Amino acid sequence: MTLMTCGPQAISTLCQSYASQGFRLQTMMATDERRIHGHYVLRYAFVHDATGHSVVLETAVPHDSPHYTAVTPALPAANWYEREALDLLGLFPDGHPEPFPLMLHGDLAANANPYPLRKEVDRAVSLPSVSRSLSVEAVPDGEFEVPVGPIHAGVIEPGHFRFHVRGEDVQSLDVTLFYTHRGLEKGAEGLTFAEGLAVAEQTCGVCSASHGAAFAQAVEAICDAHIPERAMWIRLLVLELERLYNHIGDVGNICAGIGFSFGVMQAGILKEKLQRHNARLTGHRFLRNMMAIGGVARDVPSDLAAHTGHVVQETMSAFSGLVNVLLSNEIVCDRFRQTGILALDVVRQYGVVGPAARASGYLADARLTQPSGAYSDKEVQTLLHVPTFPDGDVMARVLQRIEESSVSATLIGLAVAKLRSLPKADGDSSLVTPMVTPAPYEWALGVTESPRGENVHFVMTGPNGTIDRLRIRSASYANWPAVAKAVPGNIIADFPLINKSFELCYACCDR
Amino acid sequence: MWSLIRQRLTTPIATEPLEELFSHVATEEPDPLLVQWKQNIRRGPFYGSLHIRHVDTGSCNACEWELTALLNPIYDAQRLGIDFVASPRHADVLVVTGGVTRNLAQALELTYEATPAPKAVLAIGACACGTGLLGQTYAQRGTALDSGIPILVTVAGCPPSPPEILRGLLNIMTILNGGAATHGHATTAI
Ligand code: SF4
Repeated sequence: MTLMTCGPQAISTLCQSYASQGFRLQTMMATDERRIHGHYVLRYAFVHDATGHSVVLETAVPHDSPHYTAVTPALPAANWYEREALDLLGLFPDGHPEPFPLMLHGDLAANANPYPLRKEVDRAVSLPSVSRSLSVEAVPDGEFEVPVGPIHAGVIEPGHFRFHVRGEDVQSLDVTLFYTHRGLEKGAEGLTFAEGLAVAEQTCGVCSASHGAAFAQAVEAICDAHIPERAMWIRLLVLELERLYNHIGDVGNICAGIGFSFGVMQAGILKEKLQRHNARLTGHRFLRNMMAIGGVARDVPSDLAAHTGHVVQETMSAFSGLVNVLLSNEIVCDRFRQTGILALDVVRQYGVVGPAARASGYLADARLTQPSGAYSDKEVQTLLHVPTFPDGDVMARVLQRIEESSVSATLIGLAVAKLRSLPKADGDSSLVTPMVTPAPYEWALGVTESPRGENVHFVMTGPNGTIDRLRIRSASYANWPAVAKAVPGNIIADFPLINKSFELCYACCDR
Repeated sequence: MWSLIRQRLTTPIATEPLEELFSHVATEEPDPLLVQWKQNIRRGPFYGSLHIRHVDTGSCNACEWELTALLNPIYDAQRLGIDFVASPRHADVLVVTGGVTRNLAQALELTYEATPAPKAVLAIGACACGTGLLGQTYAQRGTALDSGIPILVTVAGCPPSPPEILRGLLNIMTILNGGAATHGHATTAI
C-alpha cells in the first residue's frame, strides 16, 4: 500500500488523478485526531482492481476552520463519505453538490452540532428527536410521486423511496436511507478488540462472518500477526459457507419479486438446511462468534468438516435441480431479462462492488485483488474462477449468484480436505496467534469479500489495546447509490424485483 | 413447465410438526404451550388467525431473516393461521426488532397508532429487549421497552431462533384470547 499526503485544498485533484488511472474509491475515513496532532484527518483509500495496487491519500483538516475541497464533483463515488464526515464530524466539503444531512435525520440546526463523532462528545449525547410529516413536492403535469416506506409491506428493513412515475414508468427514484443508523462506530470507541469484534459481527445479520473477519484482519495487520494455518482454512470455510447460504437464499428471494412462490419455497428449504448446518458447525445460524482476533474461536473437527462437505454437496445438487426449473421457465426468464439494467459506466462511476458489479461485467473481488489468509493460497487462487456477466440485468445478477455458488462449493470442498489433512488443533487456544498490545494511534484496513461484495474495516488503535476509531464500509454502502440508477426506465411494479436482485442490506449501510 | 410440475410432485413434505420444532426449546414435558394451544385451537377470535406487521426499529437484519424463515416450508407459520400483513391497519400484532433508533422512533409510534385495537406488541431479539450489545448511543434508545408503547411479550436471543419466535407468537395468541402466558416474558397486557 502506498501512502500519500497533501493539503486539504489539493485532495480533490490528487484523488482525481488516481481515479483517472483506473483506481476505485474503496472507502474514506474521517477521524478526529486533534488530541494527537491538533487536526482532523481524512483518508481516501483507493484500489486498482486489475492489479491489486492500493493507495491511501491523506489530508489534514485544520481544527479551527474544518474545510476541505470536496472530491465529489470529480468523483461521484465520494458523495456519501463526504456528507457522512459533515454529519458526524462537522468537516465541510467545499463545493460539494449536495451538502445535506445524510445519516442524522430531522432538523438539526446548522448541521448536527454537537457532532457525535468528535472526541469530546459523549457517546449517548442526546440529539433532538426526529419528527416528519409526509410532504410531496409539485411534480410536472402527468407525473406522480409515489412515496414508499420506511415501514414496508414485507419483512424487510426500513428505507424511504420516492418514485416519480409517468403512468407505470419510473422517471426517477430518490432513496433515503440511514433509518437504522445505530451509532455502532461511536459505540465501538474505547472497547477492546474482542468487544469490537462482536460489534463488527452485529453490523450485519447476514454478512456477520465477513464483517468479523474484516475487523480481525485490520487488527492483525496493525499487530503484524499471522494467524495459524488451520485457523486460516476455518475462516475460509466459514466465509464461503456464508456466501453459499446467502446466494442460494437470494436466488429464492429474487423469485419473490415476481411472485413465483415455487422458487421462494424451494430455495427456502435449502437455505434453512444450510443455516441449521451453520448452527451445528459454529453454534450460530448466522455463523457468529467463530472469528477471533488472531485466528478463530473454535476448531472444526475432521468429522464435522466431512459432514459439511456432504451437506454442501447435497445442497448443490438440489440447487442445480431448482436452477434448471427456474431457467427453463419462460415467465421467469421473461421477467428477469432486460429488467433493472445497471450500466458498466455507472458501476465505474460509483465504485460498485460484489456480484452487482460482476454481473455488469466489472471484475472486482477482494478475494482476487487483496487476498488474505487462505485466499492467498495458490490452490485457492487457481480454483477461484470468479465469473462475470456482461448484461447487468436481473438475469445477470441471478446467474452471477448461481455460478458463484458453485465456486464457493468448490472452495468449501478444498477447505474440508485441508482441515482433514492438517494436524488436529491442540485445544482451541492453538487456533489463535498470541498478540502484543499495539501502540496507540496505529491504523490498518481489513478487506473481505462478503456475499454482497467488498467489506472494508478501518481500525485505529487507542491506548491499552482499545479501539480509537472504527470505520465500517460495507458492500451495501458502496452499492446503494447504484440501485437508484438501475430503476428509471422500468415499470414501478418491477422495483421489488430489481431491489431484490441487488439484495442489499440496510443495517450494514446505516450502521 | 413439466420440470416444475415434476419438482413439485417429487419434493417431500418439509414441514416439521410443532412437537419436533419445539423439542429443543421447550423446558417442560409435556410442553404447556402446546397443551394449551391444542385445547383452545377452536376457541377465541385469535386462535388460528393472527396477523402480524413487522416493524424494524434498527435491527442488524438477522432478526428479520429469522422472521422470514417462519414462512419457509419447514416452519410454515401459516399453517397456524399466523401471517404477515402489508399494513398496520390489517394487523393484530406488531413485531418489533431492533433497539429503536432516533431515525425510527416516530415510525414506531405512528405504526402503533395505526394498528386497530385490540392489539399487542411482541419485541424480539436482545436489541429490542434492552440487552443489546451497545445499549444507548446518540443514535438509538437501546430498547423498545421504554418507547412508551406497551410491549406484551418479549423473546430474548440474538437472534432468537424461528421456533422461539413462533412460541412467542403462540403465546400472544393465548394471551389475546384471555389465557395466561406460558412462554417468553410477559409484561402488562394491553
Ligand atoms: S438481537 Fe441480535 S440479531 Fe436481533 S437485531 Fe439485535 S443484534 Fe441483530
